[in-house]
Amino acid sequence: MHSTQIRRWVFKPILHVLCLLPLLHLIAGSSGFAGVSLGADPIAKVLHELGQWGLRFLVATLAITPLRLMLGKPWLVSFRRILGLYSFAYVLMHFIAWVSIDQGLYWQGILEDIGKRPFITIGFAALLLLIPLAITSTNRMMLRLGRHWKKLHRLIYIIAVLGVWHFYWLVKKDVTEPLIYVATVAFLLGYRYWRFRRHKIPAVPLVEQRGNRISDRLRTPA
Amino acid sequence: MLIRRSKPEDAAGIRPSEITPESVFLNRRDLLKAAVAAGLVVRLGLPEGAHAASPGLNYAREAHFSVDEAPNTYQDITTYNNFYEFGTGKEDPSQNSAGFKQSPWTVTVGGECEVKGTFTLEDLLAPHPLEERIYRFRCVEAWSMVIPWVGFPLKDLLARFKPNANAKYVAFKTIVRPSEMPGQRRAILDWPYVEGLRIDEAMHPLSLMAVGLYGRTLPSQNGAPLRLVTPWKYGFKSIKSIVEIKFVEKQPSSTWSNVAPREYGFYANVNPNVDHPRWSQARERRVGSSGGLFNSRQPTLLFNGYQEQVAGLYEGMDLRKYF
Repeated sequence: MHSTQIRRWVFKPILHVLCLLPLLHLIAGSSGFAGVSLGADPIAKVLHELGQWGLRFLVATLAITPLRLMLGKPWLVSFRRILGLYSFAYVLMHFIAWVSIDQGLYWQGILEDIGKRPFITIGFAALLLLIPLAITSTNRMMLRLGRHWKKLHRLIYIIAVLGVWHFYWLVKKDVTEPLIYVATVAFLLGYRYWRFRRHKIPAVPLVEQRGNRISDRLRTPA
Repeated sequence: MLIRRSKPEDAAGIRPSEITPESVFLNRRDLLKAAVAAGLVVRLGLPEGAHAASPGLNYAREAHFSVDEAPNTYQDITTYNNFYEFGTGKEDPSQNSAGFKQSPWTVTVGGECEVKGTFTLEDLLAPHPLEERIYRFRCVEAWSMVIPWVGFPLKDLLARFKPNANAKYVAFKTIVRPSEMPGQRRAILDWPYVEGLRIDEAMHPLSLMAVGLYGRTLPSQNGAPLRLVTPWKYGFKSIKSIVEIKFVEKQPSSTWSNVAPREYGFYANVNPNVDHPRWSQARERRVGSSGGLFNSRQPTLLFNGYQEQVAGLYEGMDLRKYF
């Protein structure tokens, strides 16, 4: 089998299954299926798990470019969109879970929280910024936006900072876990900055060469 | 589709309630255990390795102070709580407390009082008949439970030490034992955990020295062998595994208000009108695994619904300032 086909028919399906596992766990837990339990506060569990996985997939998305450059495996980029979209999906489910099962659609409280609680404001801003990225994730949109696509998708850096900040700020005292995310995101963004300084070029060329558009790279083996 | 909990306003105020039928919170096996225990001298403090099966206690039902809301299950109460000495996760205390030795146990009493010294737990508890009180429990994190504690009024214990006129506050201290409490091996909080009450709060009939839960001695994760319960205050005031009680003249320090004075006050009275800087205190979730995902929040009550009993303690005080 051609390596592109292997990616399409083997690796990508495996990645989809892996990305869906956390959701399956929550569904099993909330329905009591197969003895999976979400503990005494299942709502908080669902809320926190969805948010954490949103953040994890975001970090994974950000890790693709450094990984492909360090390992010299350009085809890794073909997994980036999947990871990015799962990040969006989990963050969106996190928000929906907060509004519905956690807040019980109590809009007055929800709007007040978004406006008054900085960590919620930040998290909400990150969600809003993810929306244009998700919408423009299709091949068609990539082609249509051309070099603007890359610029727009640099929003991911800001979103990552907001996401980690959101997590850091909600923790009561033991910030070990959020600090792990801080370090990881700092490394992934720092790597890009370092490369940019060293080569005086962005980690990924700003303007895609003709015949070397991202959409082309998605289809052709490197 | 969301299913709302039935009218939380009904819970406002505490009415002397009817005794909750035993069958609601004691299953047959527990009744048998209680019957066995009834014939024996009440034994407190657990032998090593008896972690899982706490012995039954001899106690009376105190209906006057109890609420008539359905208590959380034993499983929920003992597997979902904060006790940072055993870790910061909600399940950590139940998972990491198996090696905790509840016996022997002593409590040192001192400060502005006549009777001072170090007392064994047995001596401390001997004169006090135990009673069950079903209290609401409201965590500062905006979740809540209903818990059938077994204990006795704190005031009865404190009176034995004959506090003098300078005893304006009571300070409490939790044990430090990093070898048995893995959470204490990291400086997450400034160990030991300390808490305090104003003397009139401590002498209030609602303030309970708890030694049990659901008719059995406290499991280690819930603050064995001796813990405070002040149901009108956020849970962090209810200090666990107490080894020191001191009568003092000045307001003592308290762990969480030391950590973040802007977020946690000395009084820590449950108050839906005074938000935590990072989240609202107006509503709470009554947790419970049986609630599933359709278990939306209910309004939080001033003084956690104990307004009638305790509001007098704070008359003329600005509850926003003294939060």
